[in-house]
Amino acid sequence: MSNVFIAFQTTEDSRPIVESILADNPGAKATESPGMVKIDAEGSLTVKRTSIEERIGRAFDLQELQVHLITISGHLDEDDDEFTLAWPN
Amino acid sequence: MSVVAIKEYVGVPRDLEANYHGNIMTYITWEKHLMFAAPFIFPVPPSMLFGDYIKAIAGVIQPHPDAAKIDWSKVEWRKSYQPWQPDMAKTLAENGITHKCHMSFRTPGLDGIRGLGI
Amino acid sequence: MDMKATKKLGLKDRYRNQTRGLHWDTTYQPMDEVFPYDKYEGIKIHDWEKWEDPFRLTMDAYWKYQAEKERKLYAVLDAFNQSNGHLNVTDARYINAIKLFFAAIPLHEYMAHRGFAIAGRQFRGVGPRVACQMQSIDEIRHMQTQMHTASNYNKYYNGMHAVHHQLPRMWYASVPKSFFDDAITAGPFEWMIAIGFSFEYVLTNLLFVPFMSGAAYNGDLGSMTFGFSAQSDEARHMTLGLECIKFMLEQDPDNLPIVQRWIDKWTWRGTRVLSLVAMMMDYMLPKRVMSWKEAWEIYFEQNGGALFKDLERYGIKLPKCALQGIEEKEHISHQLWAGIYQWNFGTSVHSWVPSDDELDWLSAKYPNTFDKYYRPRWEFWREQEKTGTQFINTGLAENCQVCQFPMLFTEPGDPTTLCHRETHYKEERYHFCSDHCKEIFENEPEKYIQAWLPMNQLPQGTCGGGTLEGWMEWVHLVPGQDNGNFEGSQDQANFQKWKGQVTGNN
Repeated sequence: MSNVFIAFQTTEDSRPIVESILADNPGAKATESPGMVKIDAEGSLTVKRTSIEERIGRAFDLQELQVHLITISGHLDEDDDEFTLAWPN
Repeated sequence: MSVVAIKEYVGVPRDLEANYHGNIMTYITWEKHLMFAAPFIFPVPPSMLFGDYIKAIAGVIQPHPDAAKIDWSKVEWRKSYQPWQPDMAKTLAENGITHKCHMSFRTPGLDGIRGLGI
Repeated sequence: MDMKATKKLGLKDRYRNQTRGLHWDTTYQPMDEVFPYDKYEGIKIHDWEKWEDPFRLTMDAYWKYQAEKERKLYAVLDAFNQSNGHLNVTDARYINAIKLFFAAIPLHEYMAHRGFAIAGRQFRGVGPRVACQMQSIDEIRHMQTQMHTASNYNKYYNGMHAVHHQLPRMWYASVPKSFFDDAITAGPFEWMIAIGFSFEYVLTNLLFVPFMSGAAYNGDLGSMTFGFSAQSDEARHMTLGLECIKFMLEQDPDNLPIVQRWIDKWTWRGTRVLSLVAMMMDYMLPKRVMSWKEAWEIYFEQNGGALFKDLERYGIKLPKCALQGIEEKEHISHQLWAGIYQWNFGTSVHSWVPSDDELDWLSAKYPNTFDKYYRPRWEFWREQEKTGTQFINTGLAENCQVCQFPMLFTEPGDPTTLCHRETHYKEERYHFCSDHCKEIFENEPEKYIQAWLPMNQLPQGTCGGGTLEGWMEWVHLVPGQDNGNFEGSQDQANFQKWKGQVTGNN
């Protein structure tokens, strides 16, 4: 199974997002490089709106991810609650 | 299909012999001397003697320490990838060198710095 | 920034409403007359409604988040200027990497802007038209933010004053220029593969992720921020490229060989352009985040590999050229920097022989090739410099007819022999750096015979009359200022002087 990944700029806003992803995706692994953090996961990875909201204490629109995002790999499926990257085979 | 296009399409080559004011373009590689990063191009008149052509090459490759040691009579030549023996006393045209011809030469015993091909 | 309005519709419905129902079929003119460009490439589409844009970004959200990105970026650029950020970079050598970036990229972002505007007009399906429109706007933003960042450096350093003038003139700028010229003169579907797949998925990940992380590591916050900010858009763009590939393959089995040929072609064209980034990462960043080889393995072999594995279900095969690219990851950065060094009288960047610790780093990162093939070259040239006879290559270099690089790449399997290929078309000879560039030519010779090869133009007298001085004037290169060695350059002296002024009181 191929890896998917998502990378964010290292910012105060992205920290709770990264924490949520690592909590919600047990196999996911974060690698820090200067200015950025890249999260790899085998097969698929899901970003959950409610997990981020729990951490930041306010409503969060998943499309806010766009502001901090650097890159992704995998096919994307996005709705109001989840942002999922996956390689289907 | 020579091009994918919506209607008839004819390209104009930019490097035709006619554009070179009486010269032809020659391309030449000194094998196993990668210190020179790429093959050289020389625009030269086809009436130039091959011996004079070699003098022009010798000038450009002179910064390489092997250049001074070349015995041009022992050089192995290829033209369009085929082994070939030019006649120094004849012109490029008489030697069958035409526009955008690629030649290469190998200098036996001289394979670059420490024999590493550079 | 949260503006959670009361939502009547879910994201998928909102997006659907934006991109569907806006379109109508024409009645008093045939659709093929109104959209004449989306069939001639041979791609068969039966149902445009099957197009799905996975990002589902609606216009209101698009403006909101893009504005937010801009505010963040310009806050950084302002801070960068206010604090003389250019003096915080590790070493003034670093600035040459971004000179090359600014010479090669921003004006091609502008070409991408144009290309997506054109493709957006050419597709008859409303889904891709909306997606192309957004991408077109993104691309002009990239050009603008990059130019603004460049202007902060251009005030202080040489070699960046004429990027627009130099784009169609400078010999190394012709490499990315030919890539974009090739793409924008193709049809809309091929454009989507060229840019959406090759440029965004393969190339920009390597350009804007590890290289920009390298910018951060070297203290260049301005470039890092526009790089990451641009790449956040690329995440959407590469998703669009992928969607376009899937869409074509799912619409008709006859599309497969056409799509395969484009993937083969553009993977290779992208790989060749990336040689420039390879050189920037391995040689031009004073502090390195990772080697080119490591970056290539992550972003091409693993990430590209995952994509090709996924596309197998449609019958797509890994391009043959990918294997050559994998072999060349050990070589290209060294081969290209060696070229820049020996031709540095004709570059708008400065160059140098790597220092001892840089040579050691390269030896460690390239254990299979560096000590054997490349380190001896640099050590020899360093000795030459010490004796005052720097190695300069005054010969004109042969260019590849397709990628337009000087033919400095070596034969697969033999790093001591230059790779050279030749073909004939209409009684004229053409030369190539590789089997793959030759194959691209042979598929569409009528297109590539028109290539403007910078070196072949010089003796035609079209570039300042045929002399080196004339050429420099024609290309707006100021000798002794923009070109040559970093050591002893005005940039080096100014950086030292200004750095002294900010750390002392005199």
